[in-house]
Amino acid sequence: MIDILRHWTRPIAARPLVSIGAAFLAVIVMFAIFAPWIAPFGPDEIDPVNRLLPPGDGHLMGTDHFGRDTFSRVVYGSRLALLIGVGVVAFALASGVPIGVLSALYPKLGTVLMRMVDVLMSFPSLLLALGLIVILGQGVFNAILAIGLIYLTTTARIVYGVALRLRAEPYVEAARSMGAGTWWVVTRHILPNMISPLMVQASFVFAFAQLGAAALDFLGLGAPPDVPSWGNMLAESRIYITRASWLLLWPGLMIVLTAFSLNLVGDWLRDRMDPRFREMVGK
Amino acid sequence: MSAPILSVDDLVVSVARTVDIVRGVSFDIAPGEILGLVGESGCGKSMTSLAAMGLLPPALAVSRGSIRLGETDVTRLAPHERVEQGCGRIAMVFQEPMTSLNPVLRIGDQIEEAIRVHDPDVVPAERARELLDLVRIPDAEHQLSAFPHELSGGMRQRVMIAIALACRPSVLIADEPTTALDVTVQRQVLGLIRELCDTLDMGVLFITHDLGVVAQLADRVAVMYAGGLVETGDVVPLFGQPLHPYTAGLMGCLPDPESDDPLLATIPGSAPRPGGVPDGCPFAPRCPRVQDVCRRGVVPVIHTETGQAARCHFPLNREVAP
Amino acid sequence: MGRYIIRRTGAAIATLIAASIVIFAFIHLIPGDPVYVMLGDGATPEQVAALRQRLGLDEPVIAQYFIWAGNALQGDLGQSVFFETPVTQVIADGAETSILLALITMVWIIAFGIPVGVLAAIRQGKWVDQGLSGLAMLLASVPTFWVGLYLILIFAVGLGWFPSSGYPSIFEEGGLSNLRYLVLPSLALAAPNAALILRLTRASMLDVSREDYVRTARAKGIRPSRVVVRHILRNALLAVVSAFGFTFAALISEAVVTETVFALPGVGRTVVQSILRRDYPVIQGVILIIVCLYLVINLLVDLSYRMLDPRVELE
Repeated sequence: MIDILRHWTRPIAARPLVSIGAAFLAVIVMFAIFAPWIAPFGPDEIDPVNRLLPPGDGHLMGTDHFGRDTFSRVVYGSRLALLIGVGVVAFALASGVPIGVLSALYPKLGTVLMRMVDVLMSFPSLLLALGLIVILGQGVFNAILAIGLIYLTTTARIVYGVALRLRAEPYVEAARSMGAGTWWVVTRHILPNMISPLMVQASFVFAFAQLGAAALDFLGLGAPPDVPSWGNMLAESRIYITRASWLLLWPGLMIVLTAFSLNLVGDWLRDRMDPRFREMVGK
Repeated sequence: MSAPILSVDDLVVSVARTVDIVRGVSFDIAPGEILGLVGESGCGKSMTSLAAMGLLPPALAVSRGSIRLGETDVTRLAPHERVEQGCGRIAMVFQEPMTSLNPVLRIGDQIEEAIRVHDPDVVPAERARELLDLVRIPDAEHQLSAFPHELSGGMRQRVMIAIALACRPSVLIADEPTTALDVTVQRQVLGLIRELCDTLDMGVLFITHDLGVVAQLADRVAVMYAGGLVETGDVVPLFGQPLHPYTAGLMGCLPDPESDDPLLATIPGSAPRPGGVPDGCPFAPRCPRVQDVCRRGVVPVIHTETGQAARCHFPLNREVAP
Repeated sequence: MGRYIIRRTGAAIATLIAASIVIFAFIHLIPGDPVYVMLGDGATPEQVAALRQRLGLDEPVIAQYFIWAGNALQGDLGQSVFFETPVTQVIADGAETSILLALITMVWIIAFGIPVGVLAAIRQGKWVDQGLSGLAMLLASVPTFWVGLYLILIFAVGLGWFPSSGYPSIFEEGGLSNLRYLVLPSLALAAPNAALILRLTRASMLDVSREDYVRTARAKGIRPSRVVVRHILRNALLAVVSAFGFTFAALISEAVVTETVFALPGVGRTVVQSILRRDYPVIQGVILIIVCLYLVINLLVDLSYRMLDPRVELE
C-alpha cells in the first residue's frame, strides 16, 4: 500500500505545480463537504443593510447586491462545481465507453456509431449543449446532460481508438484465437488497459465541464438563478463591475483555478501514461 | 603514412558530466583510409562519431580529450561553428535512410542547401547534378525534383552520401549506413564508399557491428567495448591473429559457412552498462582468460611489430607478456 | 487529387445531411406543442393555426423535412417568429460582426500562438518555456466571458482606450475605425485558442526536432536559425494547420458567449436571444449555416494539409 502511495506521490513531488493543483482540488472537495461549517453565513442569507460591501471585516470577500456573503457563496458554489464535474464525467464515460468498445468489437456497428459521433461533432460544442437545453429545459441536471453530450463524442472517439489498437495487440489476438469470448477479451484485456487513458480524459472533461457550465450560467441557460453557482455569481455581478469589481474576482478565480488544477493533473497523468496512447488523448 | 586528417585523442563523452558513455577513445584516420569502428550496439561507437561530428544530443557532452580536423581543434564546435571558422570539412551519413531526409523538401533542395554553405562559388543546381552522377543515381535531372518518399532505401542512402559530399569533406563518417538496406543494395553502397574514398582521397570512419562488412571494406579496424577501445590494427593481421579475447569472441560470433555446428559460439554474459563498468579490464567478467590482475588497475597496451595494439594482460597469439 | 476531393466532399455532404436531420428533428423533440411554446399562453386559436401553417407543421413529418431542406437549398430558411423577417435576413444582419470578429481573432491566434510556441520550444526546459507553457495552460482554463469582463473593466471602464460594447458597421459613420469596437472582444476570444495553438506548436516543434532529418540538416553546417525555420517549423506547422478546423469550432462556441458579453450584434448573440425568445426557425437556420461553414472549413483544412505534405498519397 505504501509502495502504491509512493508510486504516485514521488513523481507528483517532482512537479511542484501539479502538487499545488492537487492541493487546491482537495480544498474544493473540503469546501463542498463541510460547507455549512466553513461558510460563516448561509448562501442565501440576505442582508439589505450591508449591500456591495468591499472585502473586509466580517465579510472576507465582501457582499453582493443583496448583501449576501460572497465567501459563503463561493464555498457553497464548490458543491455545484463538483456535482457538475462528476456528473459530466460519469455521463461521458457511461455513454462513451460502451459506444467506443462496441464500435471496436463490431466493425459494422462501429461504422454506423462512429458516423453518428462525427455528425454530433460537426456541431460546435456550445451550440450542441444549447440545443439540448432548449429541448430539455433549464436546470442543473439538464446542464450536466447537455455538457455530457459534448464529451460523449470525444470520449467515444478515444475509447474507440484505444480499443482498436488493443484489439490488434498480439496477446489479445492470441487470446481470441484460443477461443476467448468477447466478454473475456473486453473485461480482461481492453478495459484494464483503458484505465489510464480514461483517467486522463476524465480530468480534462472535468476541467472543461467547469468552463462549459460557467458559460451556460452566464448566458442564463444553466443552473437556475437561485442556485449559488460560480457562473451565476459572475452573471449577477456583471452589472456591478464598476462599483464592486471584487464580485467578479472571487467566483472567476475559483473557476480558473479549478480548471487549471485539473488540466495540470491531466497533463501530468498523460505524461506518465503509455506513449502509444498518449497522442489519442487530448483536447 | 601521411599526416592524419582526423585525430581523436583520449575522448570522453559523458551524460550530465557524471556517467561516461565513451571512456578515453583515441584514433587517427589518414586521407584515403577507411577505419572500421566495430562493437556491439550500445558500446559508444555512435556517440564517438556524433562527438566527432559535433552533433552530440543535448544531454551529452565531451568532458575530456580532443578532436582535431587536420591542424584545427574542433572538439566542442557544432557543425555550423566549424563552417564559420573554416574547418567544416567533415560530413556524415546516417543509419536510417528512410527518416534522415526531410520528407517535405525536394531532394535537390536538400543537396543544394549543403552546397550553398560549403561551396559558395559554384552554381548549386549544377553541382547537385554532378553529385548525383558521382553517387551513381540515374536520371539525376529528374531525381533532383523528387521527394524522398518517391525513392527506394538504397537511392535515399545515395542521396545522403551526395549531401555529405556536398560538404566537400576530407573526412566522411558513415554510421551503419547499410544496416537498413537489402544485401545487394548494401554491397553497391559499400562499393561506392570505397570508390569515393579512393578517388576523392577522403578519410572514412565506418561504424558498424558487422565484422564481415569491415573485413571487406576497411583498411584498419578499431574494436570498441563498453565505451573504450580494446584493440586496433590493420585489417589483415587483426582478422588473422586477434590479440584481445573480445575481438576473438566477436569473430567467433561470425557465422562460419564451413562449420557444421548450427549453434554459433557466443560470448557468455552481457556488456556492462554505462556507469556500471567494473574496475580494471571491462571485459574481465566475461573473459575466458581472466585472472586476478585483470580486475583492478590500468590494463597496459601491448603493441606488435605489424602495428596491432590491444589493451590486455593476456593477449591471444602472444604467449609472452610485453 | 481529384478523386480524393470528390470522396472527401461526398463525406462532408453526407455529414451535412445527417446534421440537417438532427437540426430538423430538434423542433419536434421540444416537449409540448412548439407553436404554443413560441407564442406563449395568451395565443388565440387563430394565431396558433396561422403559425402552424406557416411552419408547415400540418404536413406529415417526413414531408416537412423535405420541404424544409428543399427550401434551405434554395436559400430560404423560413421566417423569424420574433422579427417577422426571413431568417436569412436575420443571419445576414449579424454576419458582418461575426465574420470580422472571427477574422481578427484568427490574426491574434496566429500572430501570438505560433511565434510564442516556437519560442517556448527553442527554450525547452528553460524558465521562458516553463513560464510560457504554464501561462498557456492557465489561459486555456479561463472562461472567455471572464476575460472579457476584465478587459472591459481595465481597458474600457478604467483606461478608456476602447469602447466597452456594441459594434457599428464599418460601412456606417466612422468607417474602418469602428473596428476598435472589436479589439477587446477579439482578444478575449483569442486568449484560450491562442493558448491551444501555442501548446500545439510547441509540442509539434519538439516532436519534429527529434527527427533524424533535423540531425542531417545540422550536420550540413547550416545556421541553427535556418534549421529551425526551414526544417523544424515547416514540418511542425503541418500538425498546427490540421488543428485549425478544430480551432474554428471552438471559436464559434466561444463567440456565442463573447458576443453576449460585449453586446455585439453578431450571429452568436442572435442564437442566445432566439433561444430566450423561443424563435426556433432562427435557431435552426443559424445552426444549419454554422455546421455548413464548419464542414467547408474542415474540408479546406484537410485539402490544404494534403497539398502541403507531399508524403500523403492523393489517389
